[in-house]
Formats: sequence, structure tokens, C-alpha cells
Amino acid sequence: MCLAVPGKVVSIDHRADPMTGLIDFGGVRKQACLEYLPDVRVGEYVIVHVGFALQRLDEESARASLELFEQLGLLEEEFGDAWEQAARQENGSEAR
Amino acid sequence: MKYIDEFNDPDLARRLLEEIHATATRPWALMEVCGGQTHSIIRHGIDQLLPEQVELIHGPGCPVCVTPLDVIDKALEIAARPEVIFCSFGDMLRVPGTDRDLFRVKGEGGDVRVVYSPLDALDLARRNPGRQVVFFAIGFETTAPANAMAVHQARRLGLDNFSLLVSHVRVPPAIEAIMTAPECRVQGFLAAGHVCSVMGTAEYPELAERHRVPIVVTGFEPLDILEGIRRAVHQLERGEHRVENAYPRAVREQGNPAALSMLEEVFEVVDRNWRGIGRIPASGWRLSDAFRAYDAEYRFDVTGIRTEEPAVCRAGEVLQGLIKPTECEAFGTACTPRTPLGATMVSTEGACAAYYLYRRMADGPAQRGSRIPREELNSIG
Ligand code: SF4
Repeated sequence: MCLAVPGKVVSIDHRADPMTGLIDFGGVRKQACLEYLPDVRVGEYVIVHVGFALQRLDEESARASLELFEQLGLLEEEFGDAWEQAARQENGSEAR
Repeated sequence: MKYIDEFNDPDLARRLLEEIHATATRPWALMEVCGGQTHSIIRHGIDQLLPEQVELIHGPGCPVCVTPLDVIDKALEIAARPEVIFCSFGDMLRVPGTDRDLFRVKGEGGDVRVVYSPLDALDLARRNPGRQVVFFAIGFETTAPANAMAVHQARRLGLDNFSLLVSHVRVPPAIEAIMTAPECRVQGFLAAGHVCSVMGTAEYPELAERHRVPIVVTGFEPLDILEGIRRAVHQLERGEHRVENAYPRAVREQGNPAALSMLEEVFEVVDRNWRGIGRIPASGWRLSDAFRAYDAEYRFDVTGIRTEEPAVCRAGEVLQGLIKPTECEAFGTACTPRTPLGATMVSTEGACAAYYLYRRMADGPAQRGSRIPREELNSIG
């Protein structure tokens, strides 16, 4: 949950309340609230934390971070099934 | 160099490390505040690549770890009520309360749901008018704007079946508490980058000045951390104590104004208990009076909470950087991610879990607290 993941703004729904956009996190797409970056544009990269875009980011650093997150399996941790992860811990088949 | 090759830019990593090795002439202790940074440091063995003189002390920056036990117990009690849909981020599921966790409450029939965003919880409230939807609002300054927005929306929409169980904490008072503790060894801070994305850096110059301590705003990727260390060591060697922003791609000096004004409207600063550490003045937020109706602690009468921390757990000392996880008797024996005794073992951002997951793989379980042999580091410095 601590993770803030960079993603690319694919589309913006200005009429949604709060203002919402579709963000692409290296293939995984999710809606995020854009109210805190009210003048963000489609095509820009942003840092998203618990469903909220918090700051802009340049494309190069966004891509580099995403690649790293992917390698470390952090995207799975952020977007994967938390119940499954908790059950795995509970059953002790794996530490995480 | 097995670790360096895993960096996304090994050449740059090597250059930064060489410079740190060349700069550090005396022993320095730096604290990385953020749990994400701790994770990255242990995972990449950054602490082991540093010169012997530069020690990293792990800070209290894991929101899951510092959420106090009585709040966890309140969450468990509220979650067990039949009228409640209890929503939480996934990493709270296995945090131990006094005698169970949310995962168990769900197993016993509680309606516990994992959400990705507090707005998902708000949506549940809209779709389940007959139920009470409670969101577990934990986290630092990075998470608080999202939770503030959720409750703000609830009021606008007139949703009276939505509330927050709030346990928000703020970083600068924690830095203050660490610096004023009598046993404090910290000489420089790597401040948490994403916290500063929201808050900016305005709170830090005064802290840096008063405690004569360099504060370098740092991201949590390996190269960001090396750059933060390089700058902090550079300042220390020159007797400086400034605030530097080593994460300008995500942090502006003024932070995020829209988020800041929402925080201002919805929350007010209060003293908070930190799990394992105790009370820190002005170190947290709660809902302001205007939003008190959405505070789950007011809405649900949660009484008779009796909390008890396991006696062996030394998470408090770990969180304050006084001991390393491996110095705890229970580490890796009685306490593992499967049978966590403290929140620092259960949370993926916790220091105990980071050591268990990565350091044990590198060292083998028997060699507690040992460092990787220096010979392996020959290519450095
Ligand atoms: S190893 Fe376990 S018991 Fe020891 S301090 Fe860490 S969480 Fe607590």
C-alpha cells in the first residue's frame, strides 16, 4: 500500500465526480482520481497512490520505475489478490 | 558483484558507490524514514555495498507497522459486527491485534473486504445503503489526501452509512521525536519522497537547522537511495545540514496544493500513539469537527478494548533504529512472516520482514546479523 506507481494517463473523464482518468501501469489499466492534478493531460505520466494521481513524472523515469517494479514483483503485490496473499502467508506455503 | 548487477543502471550505481566510498572518512549513521526505502535497501543489499563507516538505520516509516494495537483491536471489533462492511488495504489483513487479525475475522463470518482505493469503499457504501461501510484509514501524508477525498465526497453525496477509522501519522514529528530521544544516533535523514510529493519540503528546513542534521528528500528506487546517501554523506563530511531534494522528478518544493488544501479542510493535527514507540505530539491527523460524524470511533461505541503486546517483540526498538531486526531473540524462530509476533514482521514494508525475506536468503538462516563478507565487495571503492 505504501507503493506509488507511475502510469500513463490514457483518458480523462472530466464529468466524473471526482474527476477520474484511466491510467496504464505497464499493461495493467486502472481508474484513478485526478482531482489533485486538475490540469493533467492525456499522455502525461503521473504517480498514483491508492487510486489517486499525486504528481506528474517525466516519461523516462516513469518507464524506468515501472520496469523495476515489474522485475521486483511489486506490481503483483500492489494489484494482485490480497486474500490470496494473506492465505498463502496463513498456510505457510510461502513467505509472501 | 551479484547485487550491483541487479540494479537497473549498474554503471551509475557503481559510480555513486565509488563516490560514497571516496567521500566517507568518518563513521556516519543515516536513517531512511520510509519503509519502501528500507525494503529496497535490504532487497538490493545497499547497506552491504556501503563503506563500513556509513551505517543505515531503519526508520519508522511503515504505516502498517506503526498503527497502534488499540486501533487494530477497534478495527477487529467493528469488522466483526453483522451490519458492517469493513474495508481495508490488503496489507492490513494479517496485522496481529491482541488475539486475532482481519483475515481471521473474515474467516469467522465478518464482512471484510479489500479495496484498492478508499473511493472503492465509498462506492460500496453507495451500493449498500442498508449496511454500514467502514474504511480503515491508515497511512502517512501520501495516503491521507485519498482518505480525505473519500470522506469529503461522502458528505457531499449525503452518504450517512460511510465512515473512516482514522489512524493517520505524519513524518516530521517522528523525525523530531527520533532526534530528541536520548539514545539517538541518527546524523542524517533520507526523507520519504512520496510524502514530500504531497507535502512539499517546507516542514524540513526548521528541523534540519534546529537539530543540525542534513535531510535529503529521497525516492525509493535503488539509485535514488544511493544518490540520497551520497548527498547526505557529502553534507556531513563538510559539516553542513541543509534540506536537499534528490527526488525532483516527483517532489516540488510546494508539494501538491490541491491535496494540501483538502487535508487542511478534512483533518486536524492531533497527538498519536505509534505502535511500539508511544505517543508523539502532533504526529497525526483525525477528522476535523466538521467531519466528526464520519468518524467510526464516534459512530461505533468501541469499548472494553484491552490490548496486550507480545512480551518478546522488540518492534519498538526496531522502529526507532535502536536495534536491527536480527538482534531480536524471536527473529526467524518464533517470529516469521507466517507467525508474526509484531507488525514489523507482517507488513511487507516492515524492517523485520525485509530482513527475513532478503537477508536470510543471502546469508542463510543461521548467520544472524552477519554481514556479507567484504571480499565480495572487492570491485567497489
Ligand atoms: S522479529 Fe518479530 S518479535 Fe522480533 S521485533 Fe521483529 S516483529 Fe517483533
